[in-house]
Amino acid sequence: MADGSGPGRITASGVALAVLIVILIIVSLYFFIAQPYWFPSLASEHGRQIDSIFMAVLIVSGIAFVLVQGALGYFVARYGENGSERAAYWHDNPKAEALLLLGTAVILTVLVFMGQRVWAAVYFSDRPADATIVQVTGEQFQWAFHYPGQDGEFGRTDTKLITNTNTIGLDREDPVAKDDVVTTNVMHVPLGKAVRVRLRSKDVIHSFFLPNFRVKQDAVPGMGIEVWFNPTAAGTYEIACAELCGLGHYRMKGSITVDASQDAFNKWLEENK
Amino acid sequence: MSESHSADHAHHELGFLRKYIFSTDHKVIGVQYLITAMAMAVVGGVLSMLMRYQLAWPTDVSPLLAKVLPLSYNGGIMAPEFYISLVTMHGTLMVFFLFTAVLTGGFGNFLIPLQIGARDMAFPFLNALSYWIFLLSCIVIFAALFVTGGAPMGGWTAYAPLSALPGAAPGQGMGMTLWIIAIALFSASGLMGGLNYITTILTMRTRGLSMMRLPLTQWSLLITSILGLLAFPVLLGAGILLTFDRLGGTSFFVPAGIIMNQMPLEHSGGHPLLWQHLFWFFGHPEVYIVVLPAMGIASDILSTFCRKPIFSYRMMVYSMVAIAVLSFIVWGHHMFVSGMNPFLGSVFTLTTLLIAVPSAVKTFNWLGTVWGARIRFTSAGLFAIGFVSMFVSGGLSGIFLGTSAADIQLQDTYFVVAHFHLVMAIAPLFAAFGGLYFWFPKMFGRLMNETLGKVHFWLTFIGAYCVFFPMHIIGVGGQMRRLYDPTVYMFLQSQQPVNVFITISAFVLGAAQLIFLGNFFVSLFAGKKMTEKNPWHATTLEWTVPSPTGHGNFGEELPTVYRWPFDYSVPGEKEDFLLQTTPTTAPVTAKH
Repeated sequence: MADGSGPGRITASGVALAVLIVILIIVSLYFFIAQPYWFPSLASEHGRQIDSIFMAVLIVSGIAFVLVQGALGYFVARYGENGSERAAYWHDNPKAEALLLLGTAVILTVLVFMGQRVWAAVYFSDRPADATIVQVTGEQFQWAFHYPGQDGEFGRTDTKLITNTNTIGLDREDPVAKDDVVTTNVMHVPLGKAVRVRLRSKDVIHSFFLPNFRVKQDAVPGMGIEVWFNPTAAGTYEIACAELCGLGHYRMKGSITVDASQDAFNKWLEENK
Repeated sequence: MSESHSADHAHHELGFLRKYIFSTDHKVIGVQYLITAMAMAVVGGVLSMLMRYQLAWPTDVSPLLAKVLPLSYNGGIMAPEFYISLVTMHGTLMVFFLFTAVLTGGFGNFLIPLQIGARDMAFPFLNALSYWIFLLSCIVIFAALFVTGGAPMGGWTAYAPLSALPGAAPGQGMGMTLWIIAIALFSASGLMGGLNYITTILTMRTRGLSMMRLPLTQWSLLITSILGLLAFPVLLGAGILLTFDRLGGTSFFVPAGIIMNQMPLEHSGGHPLLWQHLFWFFGHPEVYIVVLPAMGIASDILSTFCRKPIFSYRMMVYSMVAIAVLSFIVWGHHMFVSGMNPFLGSVFTLTTLLIAVPSAVKTFNWLGTVWGARIRFTSAGLFAIGFVSMFVSGGLSGIFLGTSAADIQLQDTYFVVAHFHLVMAIAPLFAAFGGLYFWFPKMFGRLMNETLGKVHFWLTFIGAYCVFFPMHIIGVGGQMRRLYDPTVYMFLQSQQPVNVFITISAFVLGAAQLIFLGNFFVSLFAGKKMTEKNPWHATTLEWTVPSPTGHGNFGEELPTVYRWPFDYSVPGEKEDFLLQTTPTTAPVTAKH
């Protein structure tokens, strides 16, 4: 056979490569379906949407992964060199190509729109009016949390007042600042109420990462950036820095506690005044 | 120009130094690039082994490392700042000094004149200068490892203000300054090379070699060079501004109000995101500066060992052009959570998923090439097939990251590390290995050992997947990149066994590369001598001349091209391949 219609030969190398590809497919399906390791437990409303868009992309790309790697494995196993037998001599198929191109474009467009709905929910929806507002300041290598206290107003801060103990430079002379609460690396929020985080950095770029809440936002010096989220499960979780910020980057770590009630939260504020 | 020279007569009188060291022969320069880049890869690879050791067993005390690197392993435990230096240097060495250099500098130099039927590059002296400046940049970046304060700590992306403020971390003084100088030199060298490649491919093709008869390697090198010419100046400019900020007291990237060690700094008026925009405006095309030549090389090798024309040559060319154009409007996907306006995030999501379309086209075409093939499983062929598998795996995880909403959680985690390693490190590495096994006989007149080559392939294929695939999993679990010790976080502790598995796999993968290095250097002197011009029965012009061929490449007369480079298994022909120089009554081109 000289025109590619021959059987080809199933070669040891081809089969070995195909077997490895099949193992790759099975193992990755196991890890993504059985999920022995997976996202940190979920504790926010936006997080549910973010996880679901991840799952949508996972399904689409998972199918593509299995089909493409599977086809590659099959062809490699099936079409080994066979004596003087010739390969097929064809080198395009405009119809099939156009179909695949359009198909890919359509699927990706759908994913774009699905993703943008979640993106819009996170960034373009109105901030809830009734929210716990916290000013978060990153610096090498700690997080400062500034709460306005009962009066709901933040006290004045001034960089001239910054010291080792007053890292955000809060003006304690300001009457509004009297009931302000400032903590280091420890954040509390009440359950059942949105949280608005006003993020700043004093020195280099940090990234405020709440793995369980699916919140990640860079803290950029010179910028004030606000993010918000709705906690849905009481408990204590970790806060990480996700942007390289220097030698202590790995230990720029805090904790966030979602208090089960507003009272519990108020009590914590009181204790930390 | 060496148009009037002929291969065997022209440069007989050259001494060793002029012939092998200060040569203007593109083949020698190509090999110089290759060997230099391999040396940088060895350094970059060793650094990654130290990183992996740390990530698997962060609290282990190593008396050996305490002895070898006393400053970095005080008491046998790695210093956190040393880890950040490793991250920075590994990324820098691999992205610039290995991949960019080996694919365009190494293969580009060696292959362009040979495959287009030219005697040398358009500007041979500029070409040599490009290599020497590259070597200088290698020396400078290498020196950064040994200066006071240690190597730079800004990551290969050198985000400001961390990179702009010498006081921000120990390595941000002299180390960072050397980093900028090295990258500036590298950019200058790349521009000289790029100008040369573009001019050569556009103007010096031999008779009959129309653009649509170029091997895909040549198309990819042409497009990559254009990308480099447009992207590197931006990096160079950004680097100069950064230097002004560091040494001249300007504030391009540093805003007002920065407090360091509770003391205010003098800067005012700059913006940290400006650096990111400039860096990624260069940085994303840079990804394709690495990936495109890998695609071209893998395509040509795949076709050769499938004994089958590449599927849809025209779409292969068009998709590369599309990728190149789109690569300049996707940079913002690196910045979804940077504080950039979220509306821009929407735009960049759209353009990013758009660029996935031509990438998918290429994947379909590779599958179409293997379908119905008669595959010869040589080392080079296996690596080309491996390239396709790695590119698919790495490419698909890009869809998650390109979807801005999913990226919120995944940004700066190991999911990103997994993605870019597979798609722009491992896949290009496979293409480069394929290229080395394939063109080694052309370069040195000897063959590399095939058995060792195959052992190298199997271990590398398995090793690369065992290292980089599980990184997706720990990335989903939230493990941040550039993290000195993942076990300090409770939420990461349960997946520490995966880190151990990755590290052990990385050691195997690293060891497998020793087989390659041994094979390469032993074969240089003791490899089987080539008895024929065209050992792989390939079709392109480099296989029509002796190996190695002298300065000037072709004999008295330059070759004439009659057909495209993919005439494998043409029905009715005696051989299953037709050299591009085989005359034909009805010229065969891609247009059917």
